[in-house]
Amino acid sequence: MMSGNALLERGGMGATFAATTTRWVVGILFVLTLLASMANLLIPQDSALHVSTYTITLLGKYLCYALLALAVDVVWGYCGVLSLGHAAFFALGGYGMGMYLMRQIGDRGVYGNPELPDFMVFLNWDALPWYWFGMDQFWFAMLMALLVPGLLAFVFGWLAFRSRVTGVYLSIMTQALTYALMLAFFRNEMGFGGNNGLTDFKDILGFSLQSDNVRVVLFATTAFMLAAAYVASHFIMSSRFGRVIVSIRDSEARTRFMGYRTENYKVWLFVYSALLAAVAGALYVPQVGIINPGEFSPINSIEVVVWVALGGRGTLYGAIIGAILVNYAKTRFTAILPDGWLFALGALFVLVTLFLPKGIAGLLAKIKPAKGSGNGDGGVAAEGASS
Amino acid sequence: MNVLPISRLCLALVLLLASSLSLGQEQAEAPAAAETEVAVQAPAESSAERVQTILQQLAEANYREKARLITTLDQLSGKEMLPLYSAMLEGELHYLPGDLSLYRVTEAGEVTSLFTQQAAASVMADELEKIRVNNSLRKQLRESIARIQLLYGDKGEREIAAATLLDNMSDESIALLQKARASEQDVDVLGLLDAGIAMYTATTSDSTAERVSAVRSLSGRLESPVRNLLTQLADKEREDDDAVRQAAASALKDIEGKIKFFELTETVFFGMSLGSVLLLAAIGLAITFGVMGVINMAHGEMIMLGAYTTYVVQLLLPQWLELSVLIAIPAAFLVSGAVGVIIERTVIRHLHGRALETLLATFGISLILQQLVRTVFSPLNRQVATPEWLSGSWVINPVFSLTYNRLAILIFALVVFVALLLIMKRTSLGLYVRAVSQNRDMAKAMGIKTERVDMMTFGLGSGIAGVAGVALSQLTNVGPNLGQSYIIDSFMVVVFGGVGNLFGTLVGAFSLGIANKFLEPATGAVLANILILVFIILFIQKRPKGLFPQKGRAAE
Repeated sequence: MMSGNALLERGGMGATFAATTTRWVVGILFVLTLLASMANLLIPQDSALHVSTYTITLLGKYLCYALLALAVDVVWGYCGVLSLGHAAFFALGGYGMGMYLMRQIGDRGVYGNPELPDFMVFLNWDALPWYWFGMDQFWFAMLMALLVPGLLAFVFGWLAFRSRVTGVYLSIMTQALTYALMLAFFRNEMGFGGNNGLTDFKDILGFSLQSDNVRVVLFATTAFMLAAAYVASHFIMSSRFGRVIVSIRDSEARTRFMGYRTENYKVWLFVYSALLAAVAGALYVPQVGIINPGEFSPINSIEVVVWVALGGRGTLYGAIIGAILVNYAKTRFTAILPDGWLFALGALFVLVTLFLPKGIAGLLAKIKPAKGSGNGDGGVAAEGASS
Repeated sequence: MNVLPISRLCLALVLLLASSLSLGQEQAEAPAAAETEVAVQAPAESSAERVQTILQQLAEANYREKARLITTLDQLSGKEMLPLYSAMLEGELHYLPGDLSLYRVTEAGEVTSLFTQQAAASVMADELEKIRVNNSLRKQLRESIARIQLLYGDKGEREIAAATLLDNMSDESIALLQKARASEQDVDVLGLLDAGIAMYTATTSDSTAERVSAVRSLSGRLESPVRNLLTQLADKEREDDDAVRQAAASALKDIEGKIKFFELTETVFFGMSLGSVLLLAAIGLAITFGVMGVINMAHGEMIMLGAYTTYVVQLLLPQWLELSVLIAIPAAFLVSGAVGVIIERTVIRHLHGRALETLLATFGISLILQQLVRTVFSPLNRQVATPEWLSGSWVINPVFSLTYNRLAILIFALVVFVALLLIMKRTSLGLYVRAVSQNRDMAKAMGIKTERVDMMTFGLGSGIAGVAGVALSQLTNVGPNLGQSYIIDSFMVVVFGGVGNLFGTLVGAFSLGIANKFLEPATGAVLANILILVFIILFIQKRPKGLFPQKGRAAE
């Protein structure tokens, strides 16, 4: 929240549209979290106003997705880099958290081995692989959950952007990356539980994952991280760095001719985006209670892109709206008409790209023309974003 | 001369049958009697009766007696006992407890008379008792069958029989080999027979010189009994004669070198086979992506539609199973091509020049098509039958054989490639496509209907994908996810080979396929796949335009 205030003060020359939306987004998130938490913890269960723990977890899940969508929007909406592999960073963050939670089970597993997770006992392993060491420490596990995806994004981005792989080639490469990781994590020999992944978690930091309080705290943490990520992203995008990023999106060659090392800008933005995705993944796992290689599947990454496209890319808040809307629809659809969901999602892809190129945010802006503009925020004026 | 015993035999059989069977049955069984009559004609008069007695004794004999009876049968009869032996070996031989007459009960529960294979309608399967065999009997039966086939079979049967005999050499089998050798004309079978005789000499002869020359003559034979024998002979603890041991070791070395060569050839063939599948899957993409610049994420679903077209063709024309694959090829081209044209007209055209949006929209289409297939056909995999002429394999030698379906797909992929190349280079459509892909505005100014060309190109690319689906249906299960598993690999092939270059796709597909198969023994299939993906990701960083980048003004 500190950076948010700093930002508001910095932008004090005039209340801009973007600064207003930041205030709105943070405000709505805060109020929503507070209301939902109180409705769950304070209002008795038989009351009509009571919010069930299931709903809290569901909301937490949506917010994780919103954070992931924000990460994609940062690179796609502002820099024109369409990543079809963000699920990889999300899942890697999730596996980091999953490994910590797995070690917390201790001897309560089916085989009762205090050191080894069940699946390792099942595979007749007699010691933890080296990369599992230290994962029983929360701080170390979280460090790894950020470091590994960050490093992967750095290496991949450094290689790809330096050799000027752009456009659809980059998209296909990111997709191949997440596909390769998915195949790798499906292997039992990898030591991440293979097909079944990591599951059956008991507690986090000593608190039971089943309790309502912990669920609410996880949900609130997710909301807080989303708000912080939103403010940070907004700060970055309205900084000098962000303006270079937008100019790279609109014309990379021209930016390069002006003397900017565009590949450096792109790499750091890519790493930042990957970190956001990793945080989302790490928060997602304790709430849904499982992480498996399916999270790496290319279709997940592409789905995130359609959330952003529906919400409106290059707006930050559009990504959040899109993620929550699509996932709410998914929850409803799969309950009422399970077969229909893929039809609906497919149609959404086609219709949004054909008829709603600027997404819901574009519609909103059409209805209510922006009060202020030219603050460097890519905003809804993302004409050349398609590159 | 033969009239008397034959009529008695007929009478005996008819009486036997009549005792337990109805009137209608007699008619059905009459040919059986006639057949046996012809069959037993060859042996001497008295032996026909003895055969008949043995056949009856067989029903209630114990294992040891059965073995003895079969030995006697071997001496008394020729190839006419083959149905009896094979039915017995497969555990399908049964008898009727009442009169001890023999029947064959097939796996499906159908009762047939033993020697004519005609259905014996009035005998129910549950009235019959099974004639049991044990392992030593089975071995004996196999040898007897081999003997019959070696002397009377066609070339393939003789080869198999000779190879079976190599497995367990005995004094009787060597006599048989020598007998067969005298009348054998075929070079391949002769080689096998000679190998058998040499094996026998190498193990039993007293003279070192004879043994060494026998061992030398075995050098280069790939049959596993030969290899086992040579391994034994080269072993210090089991063989005392130094000269024989050395000869065996050097022969073994020869054989191993040959086997290594064939294993290498086999790996290359498997790699080419995978490469041909990749080529088929990717070549349509090379047209739409490479030439038109359109990212079609629904390409995999075009392949899937082609595979389902094969399934539907087989469903509609069950009587033409042998031709179904040939009918399916044009049908799949039309179905997938038509769907491609519809997609182009309704979606892709409106997203012209916006590559990333095209990617998203076509991905949406792929989801819809997958779900459509799931709804229409069920989410479960569908089995597509393989016609007779595509199943089986071409056995070149005991360690190297090629399956016909993979061979056919390899040839088919190359034919499709050449056809596509001709279309692109020799037809006016190809000329237009190349013109539009080089400079759309200029092509338009020259009077080319670019929109029509776009539509045709996309239809062509999708149609080829459908044809690829027909080929894939012969290799894997046909399911809604069929296309998804090929889409990433196909993109990799096109990007690796160089976009806009059909030859690049050809080279890319085969090199990735072969590399994959060479990695597989060391790493396992999944890891090989991962390594290839990582390799391509790194390769693209180094050469963003692929193996064969487009040069000149058309490149940008």
